[in-house]
Amino acid sequence: MVALSLLFCVLIAGAIVFFSIRYRRRSEDERPKPVHGSIPLEIAWSVIPLIMSLGIFFLGAELYFRMYTVPENAIDIYAVGKQWMWKIQHPEGKREINELHVPVGQPVTMTMTSEDVIHAFSIPAFRVKRDVVPGRYTTMWFEATKVGEYHLFCAEYCGTQHSTMIGKVVVMEQNDYQNWLGGGVSGESMVEAGERQFQQLGCHTCHKSQSGGRGPTLVGVFGSPVQLTSGEVVVADESYLRESVLTPRASIVNGYKPIMPTFQGQISEETLLQLISYLKSLGGGEE
Amino acid sequence: MTTATAGHPGTNGRTENYLNATYGIRSWLLTLDHKRIGVLYLIGITFFFVLGGIFASLIRLELLTPGPDLVESETFNKLFTMHGVAMIFFFLIPSVPGVLGNLVLPIMIGARDVAFPKLNLLSWYCFIIGGGMAGLAIIMGGVDTGWTFYTPYSSTYSNSYVALALVGVFINGFSSILTGVNFMTTVHKMRAPGMTWFRLPLFVWAQYATALIMILGTPVIAITLLLLALERVLSIGIFDPALGGDPVLFQHMFWFYSHPAVYIMIVPGFGVVSELIACFSRKAIFGYSFVAFSSLSIALLGFLVWGHHMFTTGQSVYAGMVFSFITFLIAVPTAVKIFNWTATMYRGSISLESPMLYALGFIGLFTIGGLTGLFLSTMATDIHLHDTYFVVAHFHYVMVGGMVMAFLGGLHFWWPKMTGKLYSEPLAKISGILIFTGFNLTFFPQFVLGYLGMPRRYHVYPEEFQILHVASTAGASVLALGYGLLFAYFMWSLFKGPRAPANPWRAKGLEWEIPSPPTLHNFETMPVVTSEPYAYEEEDVTLAEPEPVTPVEEKEVAR
Repeated sequence: MVALSLLFCVLIAGAIVFFSIRYRRRSEDERPKPVHGSIPLEIAWSVIPLIMSLGIFFLGAELYFRMYTVPENAIDIYAVGKQWMWKIQHPEGKREINELHVPVGQPVTMTMTSEDVIHAFSIPAFRVKRDVVPGRYTTMWFEATKVGEYHLFCAEYCGTQHSTMIGKVVVMEQNDYQNWLGGGVSGESMVEAGERQFQQLGCHTCHKSQSGGRGPTLVGVFGSPVQLTSGEVVVADESYLRESVLTPRASIVNGYKPIMPTFQGQISEETLLQLISYLKSLGGGEE
Repeated sequence: MTTATAGHPGTNGRTENYLNATYGIRSWLLTLDHKRIGVLYLIGITFFFVLGGIFASLIRLELLTPGPDLVESETFNKLFTMHGVAMIFFFLIPSVPGVLGNLVLPIMIGARDVAFPKLNLLSWYCFIIGGGMAGLAIIMGGVDTGWTFYTPYSSTYSNSYVALALVGVFINGFSSILTGVNFMTTVHKMRAPGMTWFRLPLFVWAQYATALIMILGTPVIAITLLLLALERVLSIGIFDPALGGDPVLFQHMFWFYSHPAVYIMIVPGFGVVSELIACFSRKAIFGYSFVAFSSLSIALLGFLVWGHHMFTTGQSVYAGMVFSFITFLIAVPTAVKIFNWTATMYRGSISLESPMLYALGFIGLFTIGGLTGLFLSTMATDIHLHDTYFVVAHFHYVMVGGMVMAFLGGLHFWWPKMTGKLYSEPLAKISGILIFTGFNLTFFPQFVLGYLGMPRRYHVYPEEFQILHVASTAGASVLALGYGLLFAYFMWSLFKGPRAPANPWRAKGLEWEIPSPPTLHNFETMPVVTSEPYAYEEEDVTLAEPEPVTPVEEKEVAR
């Protein structure tokens, strides 16, 4: 593509310079013969760029699709953006701020949201970037191929200290990563923390492990289709679970009453991510 | 040395024209004459260009070093926001339509004025009142949201004077709509006998396509900004997720206008360049109808590509694919234009006077700007380049390298017609070359910066990027020198410049068949058009000039 662009630049610039010299005005009264156009030429220089640009489009679109297909064996890491820092949680419970430790040669899926304005999680060295939007989850994945330290930037303008919302990505060998994970103080994994919250917030009083509670059971829900009272069928993904916790009345599961209270403003984005990873651990999906 | 005296000789031997027909500030502020309104626009946009330029200089100075030295983060954010607002809404959008369009479009089609002269004056007042409110927001403390006003930062979190600036841009939008309505009606209803659609100069076609975008697009941004202002003041909950809104909805609505707005800025520039290339090659534009229709197709396709600003927001992959595909389609009419302009020069009689230098500069820089656009419309590469300096470099190549070069080319071309004065051609050439060189030195390093990952809108940055930032700032000072010189010799020309003849370039077109500056009503008798546009093979139309001025003499006078 760079070569193609250079070719066109040189071609056009060359033609302009050549014509300017070759056909420079030699006398003030010169009246060149008019040339009004040529249909074959017009067609040629419409069709050739069209084919070229479609070629580039297909290459780019194909790669984009691959960039959005998450590999099976990816590990999940969660990030919350706020003015002006990145808060990262590893599933094993380790938390960090403005630093992201990942193992080399291992696909990583980032699930991200924001507490306030729109940010963008960008690691230029890995050629990845994704907006981090309040009120919803966005995901992206990457696989680090070389041990080292790389820039982590916020790429979407987010206010006064936007340019200090930066950090580093530390890519480590598998063993070093495991050691690093073990070095934390918490000792509680995200799933465990989520389970604790599930009890503390009283979710378990309605959402029992077998059906028959006042709310639907959440065992095996993640990733499966859910029939709503509106007749619509949705897949219970992260965003759906999030919505059900924060604005429970937006979509009611068929057969249940809209009695769940909202948790909007009562739990932090991080707690919500822990709850969701707990729900994910309860299984589900198309197995 | 005589001057063109085809108008009425005045009582003391002075010719009456639109500039001296009436005097006093009232005669200007209440004028309904399209030419005077064009001059009023020129004064307005020059003010905002200087203002935006000062902001830009401060930004470049701050970025000389990686740390925060010159200004604080908050000030820096306000600087780039106000640079964008001033340059886009109050300079680029009104520049060619407001100044050059008002000045020559009615004359080019053989009309005495635009269809609605009073609306035309109103459009200037909307521009000034909108600009005044934006200016007031600046004086009171500024705005720090970026010119894109992304929610929920702009609606909830920013502590600056956002609402005032929004209302300013909102009011300015009416100026665009009124100009669009005016031009479209004028082209439909007021063409002189014989001026068929396919005899219209390409400048008129380009203005027509632009008018279409102005009329269809501007109401959308007006509604969007109004909703944002309401959200900010009354918290109505449209864009803020905490209130049940959707922040990404704003981006859709914003870019639905703001992408076509790119074409509001650049398509009139295409029109100017078509005129310049034809005149200084003394040849009819190669493939006239292809150039004309490519303007229209760009205007229409431009409405269908807004999503390419949002490949990283999490919109559906399939939506992204459609937006990417249509964006690639726009590359075709754009390429067709470039090829046709180049082909026009083939076997021409090319004279590199200052307007032509600008036109050739336009082709070169716009080609680079357009081709780098392909990297951004390719979805996979955009993920990396999005929101980096690559984007900054790309749109400056299109907007400054393209549009500003075209505007300055047009200004040099029609300056003698507008003011009746000549400027110094050697100085004009020097400043043209300075601007071209300075521009490349400023913005080319930014492509590299962006590729290396430098995010835009950063006040402080990692040290490894410094050397390219220094190069960019150095280039900006050359650019500033070029603009300064240009301003100086235009001022000199206005007060001390020698009188211009009716047709200093020996160009074709109705505007060159009337005296410089034109009389109050442009034409003494209704012109009848009998030939094709750009009939450069025909002999010059000779005005009733006592002694035709030859270009050689003019140059001597100019020195």
